[in-house]
Amino acid sequence: MSAPIREKTATTANPVVGGAPTASISTAATGHRFSLRRFWPQYVAIAPFYVLFLVFGLFPIVFSIVLSFTDWDGVGSPAFVGLAQYQYLLTDPRFWNAVSNTFIIWIISTVPMLFLALVLAFLLHGNIRAKGFYRVAFFIPNVTSMVAMAIVFGSVFSDGFGLVNAALRAVGADPVGWLSSYWGIKVTIAVMVIWRWTGYNAIIYLAGLQSISTELYDAAKVDGANTWQIFTRITIPMLRPVILFTVITSTIGGLGLFTEPQILFNGQAVGGPDEAGMTIVLYQYDQAFNQFDFGYGSAIAWVLFFFSVVFAIINWRLLSERDGLKTPRRLRAPRTVTTSAKGPRA
Amino acid sequence: MSADTAPRTTNTAAALGRPNAVTDRPDDHRRGFRHGWVGRLVTHLCLIVGVVLSIFPFYWLLVMSTSSNAQIFGYPPSLWFSDHTMQNLATVFSSVDMLRALGNTVIVAGGTAVLVMLFDSLAAFAFAKYEFPFKRSLFTVMLATFLVPGSLSLVPSFVLMAHLGWIGGLQALIVPGAANAFGIFLLRQFATGSIPNEVIDSARVDGAGFFRTWWSIAVPMLRGGLAFLGIFTFITAWNDYVWPLIVLIDPKGQTLQVALASLSSVNATDLGSVMAGAVISVFPLIGVFIIGSRHFIANIAAGALKG
Repeated sequence: MSAPIREKTATTANPVVGGAPTASISTAATGHRFSLRRFWPQYVAIAPFYVLFLVFGLFPIVFSIVLSFTDWDGVGSPAFVGLAQYQYLLTDPRFWNAVSNTFIIWIISTVPMLFLALVLAFLLHGNIRAKGFYRVAFFIPNVTSMVAMAIVFGSVFSDGFGLVNAALRAVGADPVGWLSSYWGIKVTIAVMVIWRWTGYNAIIYLAGLQSISTELYDAAKVDGANTWQIFTRITIPMLRPVILFTVITSTIGGLGLFTEPQILFNGQAVGGPDEAGMTIVLYQYDQAFNQFDFGYGSAIAWVLFFFSVVFAIINWRLLSERDGLKTPRRLRAPRTVTTSAKGPRA
Repeated sequence: MSADTAPRTTNTAAALGRPNAVTDRPDDHRRGFRHGWVGRLVTHLCLIVGVVLSIFPFYWLLVMSTSSNAQIFGYPPSLWFSDHTMQNLATVFSSVDMLRALGNTVIVAGGTAVLVMLFDSLAAFAFAKYEFPFKRSLFTVMLATFLVPGSLSLVPSFVLMAHLGWIGGLQALIVPGAANAFGIFLLRQFATGSIPNEVIDSARVDGAGFFRTWWSIAVPMLRGGLAFLGIFTFITAWNDYVWPLIVLIDPKGQTLQVALASLSSVNATDLGSVMAGAVISVFPLIGVFIIGSRHFIANIAAGALKG
């Protein structure tokens, strides 16, 4: 890192914002306090983020723990019920249905999406005409309102008048219950996720590919490696951190899935027929803001948070063990040696 | 960390911004395939299939917004534009106040973007170029807030907004998002790599304080990163749905996404008008994106490589 500059201007202005320096207003005697006071512009500069996070980030989270131990409809005062919300949650079939739906949709969207994104990135990599056009065209779904697009997909996949079933009918096949059957609903939601995020992930893979030094490829060629060996022994290992990044973002997005199923069955029963499109966040929203069960809604949020943490730990383990990016150098030294020893042989 | 990532990132961004700057050198290992015209044809065919799948929903949205309900619900579906646009738009404006929703959305997205650029660049400049007590711990705390999922606090945030009397008000959308860890982290990477210490030194010698230096040196030098952050924030705020759905209970204070959702629930049988409403919510933003697309795509990718 470049050598930072010490701010030397000692100012007399009021260092109220920023938390730490308040004590030093009256007593600028000791060196430590004096130094804090000297840095007031930096503390003022970073203060807005921390103030906003304390008020609108941290406080609601702490408050949400409290709420999850209560029974409260938002009117009157909350009644303390201990772990009753969590006990109910463990035996609530609707909640576990939502958990199972969320994970199924996550799997059947993420796997094809990341595969397609990798293929697109390989096609775009290299000296290709109209590359800029392709990148914009693939990225546009990602910046588009999901509400509007869920409405469009809802009519394209409509059981009765949808384009997909019309096409099936035209070739003599039976129409599919895209918005009425257990798997149809999940596939429709997964298609929306794939449509929105494939281009985004492809652009990220492409950037990863472009950051791989061509010397590595040259060296492998000299050693007589074929295209498949280069792909599996150089390209994929070099892309691993980027792939893990996309897996992490897909996990966060997948666990938070809400807009697609909410809009798809807007004005109908929440989650669609047999709640086959009910996701965890949609269930949380329904319990809290349709049923006004704030306590239960908060408990669902905390279980969702627990799932997120478990996935974050798994992802972090994969990242640090296989790649060594986040671990201290001495911890990963042996593995690095093994990897680099493999490189030239490939 | 920043010392070795910053230059590489800059390269990547440049490569992405100007497609052929780096990739003019063909990849040796695939030269045979890529340079044959058959290979190139197959590559472009695959990419064009992808483009069609990517763009088709927009085309279909436009087609439906010009169609009557008889055409939309009939079989076989008509695949080309029709002449029912004006009737559909009339229904939209008689059902929900779309213009007002558009105005609200511009206020929310624009207001959030300006505040984010202001607060994030101040914090990023301080973190990148100055040394102050507790800097490392404060920065770590900020990064840790990345891990907090937004959906965790929907209920308590709603209760908080109710206590503040902000329910139904646009400030409930703008203020909580006015500064964020993502933008600070991103701009800090930019500032570390692109603002030379000598320039800040000489500004200090000339008697400029922190804020003066920020405004006259950091802001101009960070304008690429700021442009990206502004567009990114604008687009995200424009498309935001869950939180506005919860707090904007007054029909007059709705943003486009919430208004569109209520339009689709009220007018479920009048799909043509719903699609016309969707066009209003989608296409202005596509314009914003295409104007800023070069900056945007390069930085999204660069941000991912850093992460």
